[in-house]
Amino acid sequence: MTPDEPFIRWDWIVANLDDIGERTWEHVLMTVIAVVVGFAISFALSLLIVRWRRLYAPLIGATGLLYAIPSLALFALLIPLTGVTLLTAEVALVSYTLLILLRNIVAGFDGVPRDVVESALGMGYGPWQLLWRVQLPLALPTIVAGLRIATVTTVGLVAVTALIGQSNLGSLIVQRGIRASFPTAILVGAFGSVLLGVLADVGFIALQRRLTPWVQARRG
Amino acid sequence: MEFLADVIAWFTAPEQWAGRDSIPIHLGGHLALSLLALVGGLLVALPIGIAIGHTGRGSFLAIGLSNVGRAIPSLAILGIVFPISLRLNLGFGFAPTLIALIALAIPPIVTNTYAAIREVDRDLVEAGRGMGMGELHLLARVELPVGAGLVMAGIRTAAVQVVATASLGAVISADCLGFFVLKGIATQDDAQVFAGALMIAALSMVVELSFAALQRLVVSPGLRSDRGLTAFTEPGRVPRDALP
Repeated sequence: MTPDEPFIRWDWIVANLDDIGERTWEHVLMTVIAVVVGFAISFALSLLIVRWRRLYAPLIGATGLLYAIPSLALFALLIPLTGVTLLTAEVALVSYTLLILLRNIVAGFDGVPRDVVESALGMGYGPWQLLWRVQLPLALPTIVAGLRIATVTTVGLVAVTALIGQSNLGSLIVQRGIRASFPTAILVGAFGSVLLGVLADVGFIALQRRLTPWVQARRG
Repeated sequence: MEFLADVIAWFTAPEQWAGRDSIPIHLGGHLALSLLALVGGLLVALPIGIAIGHTGRGSFLAIGLSNVGRAIPSLAILGIVFPISLRLNLGFGFAPTLIALIALAIPPIVTNTYAAIREVDRDLVEAGRGMGMGELHLLARVELPVGAGLVMAGIRTAAVQVVATASLGAVISADCLGFFVLKGIATQDDAQVFAGALMIAALSMVVELSFAALQRLVVSPGLRSDRGLTAFTEPGRVPRDALP
């Protein structure tokens, strides 16, 4: 980068809008895959925990351990097994969502008032009906709060996967920006990923309001 | 098995222990970056957190900071600081990484210090005031000792994040343990990638565990309790008590 070059080259941004859009789309896709798979695993595990409470401490301990490994290290630890691939990136991303989602899903179920469960049982609800019609709707605010945090965290971590060769907004920062000494690409990638995180955050707040209208009604 | 032998061979090779790109150089760089960033973060964040917590003014700042801190990816912070640092002639590598790490350390310390002081039982503070304590006295003898555990929890979060993120400094050529991972990927040397990752993971475990011990140590025995696990409710207010 030469000193007389402008800091942000708007013309580059305009000329590369297609490219930026594609990187953004890849970023969104990697995030969605990780959160969806992470949610499926966490939901299944949390049903096991609700049934067998003894599993709670070891499962939370194990997911906590995964969560404590720095992202670059976790990606790198997997490389000998699965190579510099999308699979490596997704396995690590999914494992980071587990602690957040598992804790919130279980906390959501735990927060369902005992009386409500008793009433449903008294009305003749079976275990699955109880889960789908009573416990899940009441646990929803806490579960969606978990999804919100997992998604925002994942958006940030996806950027780091550029270091293990994945294409997304992070590769604008690393490959197109830092390695090519081109600040414009760095800033586009950085602000793009921040913007995605904020959008995900705001989107989940809106979703939470829609899914739980009774919370609003009680407040109003 | 053969792979493990490769990793061990990598660790025992002489070039890993002497020379420009040896383990001591990069580990030293990693530790220097982390330590300076944590000290810098403390110098900025502690006074702000204490002031907001004690006066109750500007609490939106403490809460907003924690949300913003969580929303901005660490690689993005590094990416934003880097070109600015080049522009200001602060150079490559060390300076921009340090600035990014300090920025990362500030939010959890401010938020937790604020919360620590706010959550001190108001009766305790009133009792202190009734005994004739001045504001500074209250802060030093009541609010900070009672809130020490939460303050320390914030410092722990910051320390763990700083040590983990320092690895990313390798992207802009700062001396740190991330160097081995990135070089290993570039040269398709899986043993080196794995060895680098092991060192990063081990270092953050050591930091996590030592700060957890320190946190237990600063909590007065009369205040210790076994609070159950809490749900994550807000980005940036991620409780760290699930971590080993």
